[in-house]
Amino acid sequence: MTILCAGINHRDAALEIREKFAIGDHELVETLNHLRAIEGLSGAVVVSTCNRVELYASSITPAPVMNAIQQFLRSRTSGLEAPFFTKDSLPSVRHLFRVASGLDSMVVGETEILGQLKQAYSAAAGHGSTNAHLNKLFQHAFRVAKQVRTETNITRGATSVGSVAVDLAGKIFGDLGGRKVMLLGAGDTSERVARSLVSRGVRTVIVANRTFDRAAALADQIGGLAVHFDHWHTAFDEVDILICSTASPHPIVTREKLEPILRRHSERPLFIIDLAVPRDVAASVNELDNVYLYDIDSIEKIANQSLNIRQAEVVRCEALIDTHVTDFMHWMRNHPTPTL
Amino acid sequence: MQSVLLIASTVILLGSLGYTLFRLSSGRLRPGRTNLSALIIVFILLSADLWLRGQIQRSCPINSLFDVVVFTAWSTTLIYLLVGSAYRLSLLGAFTTPLVLFLLLTAEFAPLDRSPAMRAIRDPWIEFHASLSLIAYGAFALAGLAGVMYLIQDRQLKKRKGGTLLYHLPPITDLGIANTRLIWLGLALLTIAFAAGFVSGMQVNTIKFWTSATIWFAYALMVVLRQIHTLAPRRTATLSVVALAFILITLPAIQHLSAPK
Repeated sequence: MTILCAGINHRDAALEIREKFAIGDHELVETLNHLRAIEGLSGAVVVSTCNRVELYASSITPAPVMNAIQQFLRSRTSGLEAPFFTKDSLPSVRHLFRVASGLDSMVVGETEILGQLKQAYSAAAGHGSTNAHLNKLFQHAFRVAKQVRTETNITRGATSVGSVAVDLAGKIFGDLGGRKVMLLGAGDTSERVARSLVSRGVRTVIVANRTFDRAAALADQIGGLAVHFDHWHTAFDEVDILICSTASPHPIVTREKLEPILRRHSERPLFIIDLAVPRDVAASVNELDNVYLYDIDSIEKIANQSLNIRQAEVVRCEALIDTHVTDFMHWMRNHPTPTL
Repeated sequence: MQSVLLIASTVILLGSLGYTLFRLSSGRLRPGRTNLSALIIVFILLSADLWLRGQIQRSCPINSLFDVVVFTAWSTTLIYLLVGSAYRLSLLGAFTTPLVLFLLLTAEFAPLDRSPAMRAIRDPWIEFHASLSLIAYGAFALAGLAGVMYLIQDRQLKKRKGGTLLYHLPPITDLGIANTRLIWLGLALLTIAFAAGFVSGMQVNTIKFWTSATIWFAYALMVVLRQIHTLAPRRTATLSVVALAFILITLPAIQHLSAPK
């Protein structure tokens, strides 16, 4: 019995090519039926995410089955030249273990892929398209992913502006439930950061923008309140997190403006995220007690630091994966015939 | 037997501290159960040691400077196990370990007076006063450690550079709350201990009285100012560290002056 893998992913194919191959939920059963009809194929799992469309199969006649799978993939190209990859036996097992562990992801160490793999496997198992070898393979892949996550730093730290902001807010306030956020300026990045914070339990979002209609529209979308830009400081008393992204050429928030407001702030910390260029908040504000100011550079530096830590962990992860690949291949050799 | 228990405690704490430092230097620090497990074992060993010496002295074993230092190590561990886990402060164990280790090394290697039998405390009120005072100092020690953690986390957040400690230290708000509550706890225990001292009618040396009163007054002032929002969390943390240093320096002197002549 041989494990086969074929497909297309973000490493070789641009988004406009990948989107042609994406297999939606409504097509999944049809695709699995099509694959099951291939002579010599004894099991199949289809993984389709925004970064990859990969087909995993098991067969005792690998060469003709791989040809049929490639034919199936080409049938979806509509004449477009696409950089497919194919792997069999040990490389295909290693590939799945790397994918499950987040080593093959666009952002190394991301964990969303594991959930997507579990979903793909469960759909195929529910459809009756898996066999003992694929069941064992995927269960083993989930175990590898868990071990890699717990024994290495591959998932350490946040890697996007939004997730760094949420992490830092957590390090300042702990629980974000009931916290109040103010957006000064309604830019796209600040909106994304605000949404990330809301998803972590932030209670109230106040939006102040020079164009009140834009503030009102955004506040409406994220369930917040809109205030006129000139009155932002009057709504500031209970704010815990301030996100700035205006197009102002000069700092709007200065130490002199903030000090009297902080006297009414009941000693709660204030986390300021300044995403504007030029900056909206004077650097001296960070010297105030209980105030933590992060500009876009410092947030990106932390995100890059996390990525570097993750990259440095790849070697350790690969070593763990190699051990598991050897174990699985050993199991395969001892169980050569398909068991349904 | 007692010294075996103390040596075993020291070895366990050294191992736990070494392991934490190794994990920290390799960037793989995880607030796991190593320090907690080590401190649980050390608490059991120190409790056994105190019980054995209590049997020999026929009183609470705080009759010599050596006894006091070991008892303070025990009370710091006790407060950590009672309070530290309740606040779920990760790494508090990693900060408690070196302090307890320092106290045990001092007890074992410093030239401390170890002759308790000649002057064992017999009055139960004085015994209660002395032991509760040392437990209160354990709470102040933990408050000082929470203060150190607060100041480190504040610096990490102000520096804006991320790093291992930033991710593993607890949220700064939680550290501020823990710092204040531990000061409250220590102050409450010390107040009860002082009340017991007054009830006993014990003769108190003037220097000891004023040193103890200064410590009590300093902590009382801290909680009052904190309560009326005059003292910011950062300053409270700084003062709790200074106060802990003052206690560690003056404790031997107070013990020397309070020993029955």
